[in-house]
Amino acid sequence: MTAIDPTAHLTAEQIEELGRELDAIRDEVIADRGEKDAAYIRKVIKAQRTLELASRGVLLFSIFPPAWLLGTAGLSVAKIMDNMEIGHNILHGQWDWMRDPKIHSTTWEWDHVSPSEQWKHSHNELHHTYTNVIGKDNDLGYGIMRVDEDQKWHPFHLGQPLWNFLNACFFEYGIAAYDLELGKNLSKARRKKPEFRARAKAVGRKIRKQVLKDYVIHPLLSGPSFLPTLGATFTANLVRNLWTHSVIMCGHFPEGVQVFERRSINGETRGQWYLRQMMGSANISGSKAMHFMTGNLSHQIEHHLFPDLPSNRYAEVAVKVRALFEKYELEYVTGPLPKQVFSAWHKVFRLSLPNKKPVVKTPEREQELVAA
Amino acid sequence: MVTTPLLPSDYLDLVSPLRAGADLRGRIEAVHPETGDAATIVIKPGRGWRGHTAGQYVRLGIDVDGVRLWRAYSITSPTNRYRQDGRITITVKAIPDGKVSNHLVRRARPGTLIHLDQPTGDFVLPQAKPAKVLYLTAGSGITPVMGMLRDTEFDDVVMIHSAPQPHDVIFRDELHDLVTDKKLRLTEVHTDTDGMLDIARLDELVPDWTERETWACGPAGLLDAAEKHWADYGVQERLHTERFRPSVVVTGDGGEVTFSATGKTVDADGATPLLDIGEEAGVLMPSGCRMGICFGCVTPLKTGAVRDLRTGEITEAEPGVLIQTCVSAAAGPCDIER
Repeated sequence: MTAIDPTAHLTAEQIEELGRELDAIRDEVIADRGEKDAAYIRKVIKAQRTLELASRGVLLFSIFPPAWLLGTAGLSVAKIMDNMEIGHNILHGQWDWMRDPKIHSTTWEWDHVSPSEQWKHSHNELHHTYTNVIGKDNDLGYGIMRVDEDQKWHPFHLGQPLWNFLNACFFEYGIAAYDLELGKNLSKARRKKPEFRARAKAVGRKIRKQVLKDYVIHPLLSGPSFLPTLGATFTANLVRNLWTHSVIMCGHFPEGVQVFERRSINGETRGQWYLRQMMGSANISGSKAMHFMTGNLSHQIEHHLFPDLPSNRYAEVAVKVRALFEKYELEYVTGPLPKQVFSAWHKVFRLSLPNKKPVVKTPEREQELVAA
Repeated sequence: MVTTPLLPSDYLDLVSPLRAGADLRGRIEAVHPETGDAATIVIKPGRGWRGHTAGQYVRLGIDVDGVRLWRAYSITSPTNRYRQDGRITITVKAIPDGKVSNHLVRRARPGTLIHLDQPTGDFVLPQAKPAKVLYLTAGSGITPVMGMLRDTEFDDVVMIHSAPQPHDVIFRDELHDLVTDKKLRLTEVHTDTDGMLDIARLDELVPDWTERETWACGPAGLLDAAEKHWADYGVQERLHTERFRPSVVVTGDGGEVTFSATGKTVDADGATPLLDIGEEAGVLMPSGCRMGICFGCVTPLKTGAVRDLRTGEITEAEPGVLIQTCVSAAAGPCDIER
């Protein structure tokens, strides 16, 4: 967190006006949402299923190196599409308006070890509501890292570059553990709670199914290609994990992103909530293909402002949102993927060591108003 | 196991959506205009279609502007057509502001995949042929009756049909052909010039109406008058009616509705069915006939109270209480499990 509040120059009225302008952007998309958007998500789902089937088909002959390479690459992309542009966004309810029971946040299940029901709670309800609020949003370092100077240092954090690397490799398991709030539920008393046990069982069932499919059935079907296929599905899962972890780190950890104190959100207005989302998220710049492969989470700022708008609309929304950042003289944190990933990792390394508690200077808004 | 988290059918649907065992769907094969605002839609149902009885309707789900909407339409093809060429037809009249009807009549294209339920409805012909039949219809109320006329021939059939003007009469040419062939006696009432049909005129138009097995379908005004008239003469068991819409008698106070499974809360007025409120909010609501008959929409009421729009009766939440969302409106804050 920078020592000076970067939103201090805004008056309370300006913040509410900003909120109204953002509401208008949202309403415009909703009024225009329709057949083309529906066709888009159906096309993406169809492409993902075709790619996954084709890749798994090719992997039946993975004993031949070209088939292994092609199949592994295809399956990696298919898994990334499933988790990002399709799963993440459907589970946000971005496509609920279509009223298609097959593409709905309450019925969708994804290729991931965390059951969608649990992920929806920790992600949609906690992270998206309490974005970047220290002590409330566990996404800030996932409970294993410090990603802001204001988070308390503990010797455990010395190892956080390693924790982060391991988390990246096994990200889907990291998320499942995180959705279970494993850290806080491991005490004996909590572990025995029936509610926790039921959720842990659901995760166990999901893991079993996923592992059986990727590491038993598919390799067995490959016959003589058993081992290469096993390696291929493992690699595809690893690639998916590393990729999604990188994209998600870029959403809130790069330098320039703000975090907030627990008490700062007491009595927060709609305008202030929007402002927190704007200051607490970072984008990734790049090509259309890049945006697609990140599930449009490269438009993290727009996603956090409007988590339930269809992802294919974030690009057009971004133009308008960016204009508002300029109008209100706020910093729009964005950059190419390598730069943002480096920035986030740099922070992970830097904050593994303790730092002096920064002094936060928040100028009084009334005084600012007079000065302006 | 092989396809987890998906099902094998999710993949099969990509190539063969009408196959046996799939969710019941259909494909629009053709759209034939009937009048300025009505059209007949030819549908090829999926392999799971069980066939209909003349007079029944089918519930159909179609994506309009990307949103899946469900409505019920009478089947107008004879029952043997499906056996012959695997097709059925429905006939739709576009109603003002009707999202689905206007879409079907004016914008639907052959090749469009739609979603179907099995045919249903008890507005049907009996097993034993009645000696004399009267069809009393108005507007699009002719559609289930056309399904009957095309399906079964009777020795003595009379029809009284009301429509604003001659060119508004759906199936007019076909009806007149039946008259020419002496298979039907038809009275057309053109309400723009003749005024609404006065039910008391029946004695003059069909002197033996009390002896006839009668099927009536049309606006609520006509059906209410018919039911009273038949009851007054003590022959109500001869009258069979079909209503396309529930008759709303009482509205409630409205209130905040929570859909707890989806986690959405919206304000609802006291006149709009909770089914519509939920659908508007993007909640996945099961639905059926949308008029309180089929119980396809029943949903647990967890807290609060709702009002039955047909009777005004209040239902309060208790464990195990199920409500029909299509005919219930909020009667205060309530929580329903969707």
